[in-house]
Amino acid sequence: MEDFAELERIAKEIRKDVLIMLNKAKSGHSGGSLSVVDVLVALYFGGIMNYDPKNPAWEDRDRLVLSKGHACPTLYATLAKAGFFERDLLWTLRKLGSPLQGHPDAKKLPGIDASTGSLGNGITQAVGMALAARVLKKRYKVFCIMGDGELQEGITWEAFMAASHYKLSNLIVIVDFNGLQIDGRVMDIMNISPLKEKFEAFGFRTYEIGGHVYKNLIDTLTTAKRNVVSPTAVIARTVKGYGVSFMANRVEYHGVPPTDQELERALKELDNGV
Amino acid sequence: MEFKATREAYGKALVELGKIDNRVVVLDADLSGSTKSKEFQKQFPNRFFNMGIAEANMAGVAAGMALSGLKPYASSFAVFITGRAFEIVRQSICYQNLHVVLCGSHSGISVGEDGGSHQAIADISLMRSLPNMKVIVPADYNETYLAVLESINMEGPVYIRTSRAKSPVFIRKDRFELGKADILKEGKGVTVVACGMMVNLALEAAKLLEEEGIDAEVINASSVKPIDRDTIVKSAKKTGGVVTVEEHTIIGGLGSAVSEVLTDEYPVRALKIGIEDVFGESGSKDDLFCKFGFTKEAIAKRIKEFVNG
Ligand SMILES: Cc1ncc(C[n+]2csc(CCOP(=O)(O)OP(=O)(O)O)c2C)c(N)n1
Ligand SMILES: [Mg+2]
Repeated sequence: MEDFAELERIAKEIRKDVLIMLNKAKSGHSGGSLSVVDVLVALYFGGIMNYDPKNPAWEDRDRLVLSKGHACPTLYATLAKAGFFERDLLWTLRKLGSPLQGHPDAKKLPGIDASTGSLGNGITQAVGMALAARVLKKRYKVFCIMGDGELQEGITWEAFMAASHYKLSNLIVIVDFNGLQIDGRVMDIMNISPLKEKFEAFGFRTYEIGGHVYKNLIDTLTTAKRNVVSPTAVIARTVKGYGVSFMANRVEYHGVPPTDQELERALKELDNGV
Repeated sequence: MEFKATREAYGKALVELGKIDNRVVVLDADLSGSTKSKEFQKQFPNRFFNMGIAEANMAGVAAGMALSGLKPYASSFAVFITGRAFEIVRQSICYQNLHVVLCGSHSGISVGEDGGSHQAIADISLMRSLPNMKVIVPADYNETYLAVLESINMEGPVYIRTSRAKSPVFIRKDRFELGKADILKEGKGVTVVACGMMVNLALEAAKLLEEEGIDAEVINASSVKPIDRDTIVKSAKKTGGVVTVEEHTIIGGLGSAVSEVLTDEYPVRALKIGIEDVFGESGSKDDLFCKFGFTKEAIAKRIKEFVNG
């Protein structure tokens, strides 16, 4: 039996860093950053992704495209923890001159494999990276993290069609399925279900798992890496705002940071494991 | 002085339009709280359609509604409604000269912290380049309200650009007139043509210039297309030099529109103040305005150099 306590400890630290970053920035996306923490921790610290923080441009590294770019505080905190840059840099989030832009900017920050922020634009670049591996005879994998609301963009389905057409088995799409977008619940704003069936119809090997359960995440992603016939989709059922009781599953916390009071409360909760 | 965001006026005017015309329908793409179209949804839930995060489809659906006799108003952030949906706006809306009103909120670098990916800096150029499209960049809350009300009487497609940030409310007039620029301050030394949030800054810069003995004429060109050729040419003839100020790239926006008029009718020296062919970035609105030269002091300095140069 593997020990996931270490991953959970890292996740808690990252959640705390993310909340502090957002509070200092006085703007940014709390809900979708918190829902994707465990996915990113599994990828970077669960032995799934191959990377070298000292050589972020390493040609053989696995790629990570955060197609739901607004959740970048979590990616930044993860990269800092993985040693790509100093933790102190996190507190410059969204400030003038910071490489930690409001949405990921690959030109400004080592460790960011593609600039994203306009929803739908990450997955198409991920498909390009996966195709490039074939041309260049590289064995790297491309992981692409998407929002469930993001899947309403038509371009995402063009990308999935291409991924399947070219049998990009090195592409692993992870959907942060938290059920919420900005204006409300995904099922009320523009329903995307049945999602598993859609992915399957588009030629993806598809899994539906608990997105905050490390055993699920590690097992599924490990299996996905071994897939040689088709792209993989992992629908990770998550809770927007996960880890902070008053943000959990609350659409109002999509695009606002914690106030000073909320931050204090949230950090206490995380420490006490509420 | 009162401060309000122009996007607030969009929501308020939509509600008025909804009352006077039951063929008005409103579409948004998961940003109704930000663009303020939600105000319409609250009053007229049956005539509001959230299309999800799918701006291209939203534009096409609006075209279909217009073809069927409705009066659609569709909104999103400026960068997405003019960018992601551009080709649909061209083919389905402009090519058929359909009366669809598009509203792009969160324009320019005053978006602030979200950064360059979200800051529309070329939306005026894009929309202005399309045949049939009208482009309106109101100077404040009051003018936005009037322009949105008036838009229902316009023909063909209309693009209205609004902002996220609060800005001074200072325009006093009864009606928005398409194709007409307003001279807000008369002067003989130099012509300053501005749109959007830059109009008030241009007025403040003109005050600073007055202390330096430079008598600037300030023109609000909120109707960027069609542009008021007469007012601009008349002013250029009087002053002999024209400066444009816009929160937008200097390629293809207001500056280009004014230059086109001057080139055709009365070539004079001209200067374009705007974003110099770079993307925006993260930062507070005030930090960004300083960095990009959108302060009354920086604008006054450049106008002075232009006048003396
Ligand atoms: C093309 C585009 N349209 C609109 C937006 C504005 N926007 C940012 S986040 C968001 C909602 C995203 O919802 P979802 O994909 O479910 O992400 P999550 O719930 O994980 O935050 C929207 C509409 C955008 N970034 N890009
Ligand atoms: Mg979501």
